Amino acid sequence: MSIMATTQPTPISRREADVIIVGGGFMGAASAFFLRQRGLSVILLERDMIGQYASGVNFGNVRRQGRYLCQLDLANRSRALWSQLPELIDDDLEFLPSGHMRVCYQPEQIAELEAYAAAPEARELALQVLSGKALRERFPYLGPEVVGGSYAPHDGHANPRLAAPAFARAARRAGADILEGVDVSQVEKTGSGFRVQTEGQGEFRSAQLLITAGAWGDRLSTQFGEPVPLVPRGPQMSVTEPLPYRLKTVIGVYTKREEEVVYFRQIPRGNIIIGGCHRAIPDMVSRRVSFEPQAMKLQMQQMRRVIPQLGNINIIRSWSGIESYLPDSLPVMGPSSQVDGLYYAFGFCGAGFQLGPGVGDVMAELLSTGQTSTHIDSFHIRRFAAADQHKSVAV
Amino acid sequence: MASSRILIVGAGPAGVRCAETLVRHGLRPTLIDENRRDGGQIYRRQPDGFQRDYRTLYGSEADKAKALHDSFDRLRPQLDYYPDTSVWNLSGQRLYAHQHGRPLEFEFDHLLLCTGATDRVMPVQGWQLAGTFSLGGAQIALKHQAVAIGREVVFMGSGPLLYLVASQYLKAGASVAAVLDTSAFSKRLSALPKLLSRAPVTARGSLLLADLLRHGVSLHFGIRPLEVLGSAEHGVSAIRFARADGSISEICCDALALGYHLRPETQLADLAGCAFQFDELSRQWLLQLDELGRTSVPQVYAAGDGARIRGADAAERAGELAAIALLQDLNRGTPELAARQQQLQRELAVLSRFAEGLSEAFPWPARHAAQLSDDTIICRCEMISAGELRRTVQAKGTAEVNRAKAFSRVGMGRCQGRYCAHVGAEVIAAASGEALQKVGRQRGQAPVKPLPISLYAIDDEPAADTVCATEELS
Repeated sequence: MSIMATTQPTPISRREADVIIVGGGFMGAASAFFLRQRGLSVILLERDMIGQYASGVNFGNVRRQGRYLCQLDLANRSRALWSQLPELIDDDLEFLPSGHMRVCYQPEQIAELEAYAAAPEARELALQVLSGKALRERFPYLGPEVVGGSYAPHDGHANPRLAAPAFARAARRAGADILEGVDVSQVEKTGSGFRVQTEGQGEFRSAQLLITAGAWGDRLSTQFGEPVPLVPRGPQMSVTEPLPYRLKTVIGVYTKREEEVVYFRQIPRGNIIIGGCHRAIPDMVSRRVSFEPQAMKLQMQQMRRVIPQLGNINIIRSWSGIESYLPDSLPVMGPSSQVDGLYYAFGFCGAGFQLGPGVGDVMAELLSTGQTSTHIDSFHIRRFAAADQHKSVAV
Repeated sequence: MASSRILIVGAGPAGVRCAETLVRHGLRPTLIDENRRDGGQIYRRQPDGFQRDYRTLYGSEADKAKALHDSFDRLRPQLDYYPDTSVWNLSGQRLYAHQHGRPLEFEFDHLLLCTGATDRVMPVQGWQLAGTFSLGGAQIALKHQAVAIGREVVFMGSGPLLYLVASQYLKAGASVAAVLDTSAFSKRLSALPKLLSRAPVTARGSLLLADLLRHGVSLHFGIRPLEVLGSAEHGVSAIRFARADGSISEICCDALALGYHLRPETQLADLAGCAFQFDELSRQWLLQLDELGRTSVPQVYAAGDGARIRGADAAERAGELAAIALLQDLNRGTPELAARQQQLQRELAVLSRFAEGLSEAFPWPARHAAQLSDDTIICRCEMISAGELRRTVQAKGTAEVNRAKAFSRVGMGRCQGRYCAHVGAEVIAAASGEALQKVGRQRGQAPVKPLPISLYAIDDEPAADTVCATEELS
């Protein structure tokens, strides 16, 4: 027996729909839900289980600050939807608008935090940059190396394990066909739409096709002549035993050194969830990635740098998953530049969780109306077209 | 000359015999053990300064305990031995551990897992009250700390250990209020042909039973546990159970020892990527092993109760066989070793048959998991009840253990599912109508046990000592 969880194929009732979604992560599940809200018929095909790879294993940040400014329009739209939970999907994702604190160790970084806070795109975030006495009074537990920080009062966190499955259940209740254990092998454009061939589960047809296959998204886009330089990585997460609930703000370190990038949040049950410092390289054949001991060492060290008093607590569990990264740290999102009726939403670079509901909403708007009111041009797949070699980041 | 770094985890009967065999063939393994002294759980050695003799401590097994301890003492100069060392992770050819608050890393070429077993427990309503112990825990309290878990103790569950520990308590002067066995006595009779493969052991078991009866201990077979009664302030006060005829009884006590045979400790093998297979008889996931103890991962071997629950005598032989497998893999096989292998395998066949007989005589009462009341706590770390798990299975449409863990938190706490995951799986299977095998197995995750966050503190440098378990081939 493989240690991989076995997934039973879901019984198939329908082979054709307005939209086929390939990939049952947060983006796919939320898209299925919002497409049904707009009245389109939907079949979602997931190879393993809904939310199994990037969506279910990430840190759970519902964070807008620190994103590239070009992403904040989308993040704001998503944040508005987070406020409508749990009513929207009749399920609780444990969303807590706890505030988010981005701290730094270098005095010169305070100016960078201030510049970010002052950008017009960041206005809705209501950021407060703190240093010196104001910082110590507000966050007395921060260690002496922390010199400043940017506080986002409306950011927060939620439970990633629950998110994609909850959206998928809501989509299913609304009439979407959500099929697990269906492995897509080939996608192609036919005269009138798309044909999706699966391994042993037959073929499916639709007028429009949405690829939300995360770390496998590039394999499908390549079949349509649009390869992207996608790199899979395994986030590294650990969690402590339950402690009195004191750290009510999510904290993350702002630094250019990967090993210093620790972030953590405490849930009301008491456990502190810790992420960052390192990313592992997944085995894409077995679809497994381990939590590397090196990551835990770094997390332990960096945690104590931010909060030195965390002396005698225990880490009780760790995990990883498979995320997809692009060289400019922006996702691939929007219409294909090659094929009519084909859309993408993958490659969220370890920062997709907060965007999930917004991406679903925007993709549903795009597929049902052909356009969207949200700025997503920076994420267009054409930026990786062969002739276009620039890899600059639009900030 | 090429060297091979050999790491053995666990200094119980399997680990010690494994080490002994390797040393005898000119190798110098590194042996790491979580306990302060060798012997494992069954032949646990007393702390320094304790003076009880072997006969008192180990009863009929005194000679075996002494032989194993003596072997270890002779071996010790030829081993790199790390007691009190807790392993927390494994990655590639490197094992991560800590000893006395200091991180240790071991590089290895060959890994022999002799990690033993822990109690298999079935929850019962109220078992979270103070005074409820696992059966093995109750035994360790007696053996290691020379204390009883209570003044009036009820032993509940099933398996030979139930009677053994009850009689050990009796000998130690504790009052045994009752022994409540979920298996019907008739099961023992139908398993008798297999049990008679070791007639003297079976006879000793019968004597234990007779001894308990002679001391007026109340014995009940074929019972169903209903509730541990008591209060949060005063702990356990009584046990309520259904007798075989359906009538309900209560027995007063101030402590409960609960256990249903054992379950293998397989987290390290899991982290090493070893494959598992479902065992219908015990309803457990066991390591896939060849006849000598090779796992599915090259150069990783398993022996003892961590591999197959067959008891200490089998563990000694399985440890030796795993060492023989390793010697073969190093091209150090000899005709003598081949002959020894044949003999060990013959002996193990008998011991396996006996172990099978025990499993049949004292079966895991799977149906009780399906009957647990909704308010029975299943996961004591996270305090999740059977009802919450059932509701998760139904409302969220999941019948897979890792999914159900993600949604319900069963198995997500300090014990990492070591005590609750197998029962959780039974509850999920019953609630979903799926076969237990289909609901799957909870995946292991590091750290193997809770890991102090200060272990790798920068201010406490130097960094981990890296230990290379080396040996020179002559």
